[in-house]
Amino acid sequence: MAVTDAPKIITTRFDLDDGRTLAGYERTGGYESLRAALASSPADVLAEVKAANLQGRGGAGFPAGTKWGFLPADVHPRYLVVNGDESEPGTYKDRLLMERDPHQLIEGVLLASYAVEAKQAFIYVRGEMAVAQERLATALNEAYAAGLVGRDIAGSGWSMDVVLHWGAGAYIVGEETALIESLEGRRGMPRLKPPFFPAVKGLYLQPTIVNNVETLANIPWIVRNGGAAFAGLGTEESAGMRLFALSGHVRNPGVYEVEMGRTTFRDLIEAPVLGGGIRDGGTLKAFIPGGASAPWFYEEHLDLPLSKATVDKAGSMLGSGAVVVMDHTTDAVKACARIVRFFAHESCGKCTPCREGTTWLHQILQRILAGDGRWSDLELLLDVSDNISPGIAWPPRQTTICPLGPSAVSPIASALRRFRPEFEAYIEGGRHAGARPVGVDVLAGVAAG
Amino acid sequence: MARLSPENEVLARQIIGRYPRSRSALIPLLHVAQEQDGWVTDDAMAHIGELLGLTPAEVLGTCSFYEMFKREPVGTYLVNVCTNISCQLLGGEELLEHVEERLGVKAGATTPDGLFTVEDVECIAACTEAPCLQVNYRYFHRITHAGFDALVDELRAGRLAEEIPPHGTTTRIRQTVPAPRWAGVGAEGLPPEIG
Repeated sequence: MAVTDAPKIITTRFDLDDGRTLAGYERTGGYESLRAALASSPADVLAEVKAANLQGRGGAGFPAGTKWGFLPADVHPRYLVVNGDESEPGTYKDRLLMERDPHQLIEGVLLASYAVEAKQAFIYVRGEMAVAQERLATALNEAYAAGLVGRDIAGSGWSMDVVLHWGAGAYIVGEETALIESLEGRRGMPRLKPPFFPAVKGLYLQPTIVNNVETLANIPWIVRNGGAAFAGLGTEESAGMRLFALSGHVRNPGVYEVEMGRTTFRDLIEAPVLGGGIRDGGTLKAFIPGGASAPWFYEEHLDLPLSKATVDKAGSMLGSGAVVVMDHTTDAVKACARIVRFFAHESCGKCTPCREGTTWLHQILQRILAGDGRWSDLELLLDVSDNISPGIAWPPRQTTICPLGPSAVSPIASALRRFRPEFEAYIEGGRHAGARPVGVDVLAGVAAG
Repeated sequence: MARLSPENEVLARQIIGRYPRSRSALIPLLHVAQEQDGWVTDDAMAHIGELLGLTPAEVLGTCSFYEMFKREPVGTYLVNVCTNISCQLLGGEELLEHVEERLGVKAGATTPDGLFTVEDVECIAACTEAPCLQVNYRYFHRITHAGFDALVDELRAGRLAEEIPPHGTTTRIRQTVPAPRWAGVGAEGLPPEIG
């Protein structure tokens, strides 16, 4: 495979000086899709998005058109909530979309609201993203003043309201029911599903669609060019273009918009116009294919295409489009411990296995790193992991309401399976090593996967 | 310890008016309080509770969940150094050590002059620009140790006051909707053609 010459869809204005202004946006085709849609029916817009086979770009990869179709008929009011709470470690693309092309997102919000007949939308921007909040506020103010949002949009008789909302620092709020709780002014703790599927019982217990920023940014292009044109990019299973944040030990870290399904991890990491290969002539040790929650991949996975189905089948996920590359100099135990610290810190505390388990995992890893590890700690890591995510399998089973707890298990299972000697070396060189256990392979179960 | 000023109370009522249910304004109002005083005071929380019809416990319950809300004074500049995986791989932990050494305080602490508070934070979505940090939520990408030293000098000299407002202010631009276009759902209610 090679890097394809498919057209860029959502990054076309990133390099324009005025791309984020209303004038610059309209000069480059902005709000044409909205005007076209208002001349057709909501059902037509929904049909195009369904035909596009646009998978959600937030993490779960659920088809947007299908999600929109879950709204019960004739139940109003209904809401659209935009998830701009980008915080999965390694993930950097929604912030760019909000900062550099805010009108594209707003037009996507308008089109989605029109399609699902929502009269009010909330754009929930991560609290720490001050510039994104400013750019969106500026763009919304322009769009309201130009008659493109609010009452009687573009003289069509259709009205809807977009409210800019922002958070205050909590990774868990990226989970859609926690996002809704937060938007209702509460602690950001996930709701139990069922019964609280947002499409049925969402914001204020009314039908609600929660979509990721990147997902909605694709909608103007889809409406302008047709769902079939979008579905024609990528593969039948994974359609369109997608942003990947390539970080870590590559020559050219960056956010790249590439064609799904036809581009491989090797292309992304090694192509001269993309990652440019491992830095300083080093070698690949491991890479995370889809954010900190995803099990790690290695050399043998490089030729897998960037396709949801393929990556799922290989035991991980494309997740939030975050590819983190680790070269041969990486300490697998430290990397694993840092990711686990994140989940321990961000656990909302609602479910015991996650609240207690992630904290235990973090503390065990810290003592291993500090030279206080015991041989039994390796078994203990797996035992605690198994209590959070029974079987330590992929896709993960969970004893918790949301997937945060099981996400902490991914780096542990990955690092222990692949780099066990590194953990052992820390224990061996530590103060509590004692005699190495003989004839007991505490990792036998997990090593088999 | 301060309640919201009269101006901020007007702003608060505008924000409340945007939501179908007033409690949704709680987090934005806590930001208003933090912008006013640099941190969230008990008096401001009590005032917000009065505006929203919530008990002090309900306001505190939400406030205490979120990382950005400080319930004690912090420095004028909050220096958030990311040490999560992408930054760790490219020297984020060493950068934090340098920041701590340069400012003479550990993560979580404030310099004696009240100018800087250092935090060791989780991913701030600048992973391809590692190592990175934020000062009052404004980004500094691919920052070197020398680059940080220069940044501290600029901040101390007040030369970045335009770009970086004091702690508490996140967005400096608010959503403002001209009255005739106002489609919000506040005190005035939904326009009949929308409801």
